[in-house]
Amino acid sequence: MADVTDTTAIATSTTRRRKRIKWETVGDHVVLILGALLMLVPVYMVFATSSHDAITVHREGLQFLFGDQFSENYNAALFEYGGFTDSVNGITMLTNSLILGLGFAIGKIIVGMMAAYAIVYFRLKFATFAFWIIFTTLLLPLEVRILPSYEVIQSMGLANTYTGLIVPLIASATATFFFRQFFRSVPEELIEAARIDGAGPFKFFIDILVPLSRTMIAAMFIIMFVFGWNQYLWPTLITTDESLFTLVRGIRQIIQAYADGSTTPEYGEAAALAIIAMVPPVLIVIFFQNWFVKGLTESDK
Amino acid sequence: MKRTAFSNPWLPILLLVPQLSIIAVFFYWPAGYAIQSSFYLQDPFGFGSTFVGLENYTDLASSTNYLDSLKFTVLFTIIVTFLSLGIALLLAVKADKVLRGARTYRTLLMWVYAIAPPVAGLMGVMLFDQSRGNLTQLFRSLGWDYTLGVNYWDTAIAMISVSVWKQIPVNFIFFLSGLQAIPRSVREAALIDNPSGMRRFWDITFPLLAPTGFFLLIINITYALFDTFGIIDTIVKGEPGNNPMTLVYRVFVDGFRGGDLGGSSAQSVVLMVLVLVLTIVQFRFLERRIHYT
Repeated sequence: MADVTDTTAIATSTTRRRKRIKWETVGDHVVLILGALLMLVPVYMVFATSSHDAITVHREGLQFLFGDQFSENYNAALFEYGGFTDSVNGITMLTNSLILGLGFAIGKIIVGMMAAYAIVYFRLKFATFAFWIIFTTLLLPLEVRILPSYEVIQSMGLANTYTGLIVPLIASATATFFFRQFFRSVPEELIEAARIDGAGPFKFFIDILVPLSRTMIAAMFIIMFVFGWNQYLWPTLITTDESLFTLVRGIRQIIQAYADGSTTPEYGEAAALAIIAMVPPVLIVIFFQNWFVKGLTESDK
Repeated sequence: MKRTAFSNPWLPILLLVPQLSIIAVFFYWPAGYAIQSSFYLQDPFGFGSTFVGLENYTDLASSTNYLDSLKFTVLFTIIVTFLSLGIALLLAVKADKVLRGARTYRTLLMWVYAIAPPVAGLMGVMLFDQSRGNLTQLFRSLGWDYTLGVNYWDTAIAMISVSVWKQIPVNFIFFLSGLQAIPRSVREAALIDNPSGMRRFWDITFPLLAPTGFFLLIINITYALFDTFGIIDTIVKGEPGNNPMTLVYRVFVDGFRGGDLGGSSAQSVVLMVLVLVLTIVQFRFLERRIHYT
């Protein structure tokens, strides 16, 4: 049976035939549509819920249809001050998320490119040693060494600063590894030609290597920005000052209001804040998906 | 290193300084500190610490709480890895096959990658909420008294569901690009030799996907162990109580709630060893893969 349907499938795809329903193709689409719905529906429900007032949500849970509190909720989520000291609103958190995402992505790319350039393009006695020192960091995610990291950064007086928030996250060599792989794949002739033309290391880097790496830098930037934006554990520990909260860190406050249970939490506002927290990275991933997919799948080769 | 290289003596060192100093201060110092404090017992009021040798480790081995977390982590990792890989593979195979709307499907199936784990966890909390969660209502109408946060396994189900959901996109992206990397000629030859779709998948496609699959296996284990922190923290609402916990979450709870620096550090060291083993496996495998292609 399967043989018959399959051979007709090939036949129709190569030669034009009269249209008729191919059940196998229909089945493929059904599976894909179900998968897409699985991804889409929960987020859609949160989005719909972000337009309802707290009491409706409290009574009925997440909503399927849109309500009339849309602008009220987003206004409150973005501009109303909340928390313990009333020093943070959605805009502040959005700004902090942007600072974290951009600072992390840019910092990591610059530091990584410099180190990779040194390792690949220079005769260096301790190159192998530096390589291993750097790449051991790939082994241990921050989550594993979280408490000592916190103690060390606390003792340096970096708690509640942007430096303490961003720089420790850069201490993993993913970008360096990635650029090293890429630089190694750059044809040898380029540097030979550049040297014959008398180009020094700076000129070669700026005029040849950076332009060549453009797509790679873009891909890396997208992945790193999303990674930085979505950080949770580290910001939770290192920022106790509310004016440094990021959006994702703000989610923890919502959860605590939820667990507290003494008053009805502002569900609509919470849903609105969750939507605000996911929109920037989601849009970036969707718009730049070709770069993003390329970067993701090639970084691990 | 390239065959032709610059031989400037100080420039490479200057280029390496930022990277090396950052990892020295923010990686090697904390990591060393973790190893060191795992042999000490910290006074809870901060009055110094005493060397206790391996006591923190033996305490772990005899702690029922820790062993419970260990068992749960193993189970959690296996289920999350298996389900998210399986679902993603099915979707990738279908997305690779359809001609119409392939790009749209790709977008629709991968965008969840960008959602932060705690945001996904918050959605899980809302859907599985004890009284008003939509899924809880559904379970109730089917006669299942689902109670998130009270029943151990009910909480585990919420954690697993959200973790699987969040991981499908990454696996999907890798599987799809793995499938698209299979040369046309191989596919066509397979089609002629073996027209049955299922057989063709298991005999040709699956073995060719094995390198991607193995790589993803490691990625997924690492994900289930470490990156699910945000999901677990939001689902237990920061108050673990009697709920299931992964090992990484326990490092955090014992260290920051319990103030047990030594015990928490010993747990960190155990996890470091675990990651080390995983990475060695991965590197050995990656070397082999380079010979394949």
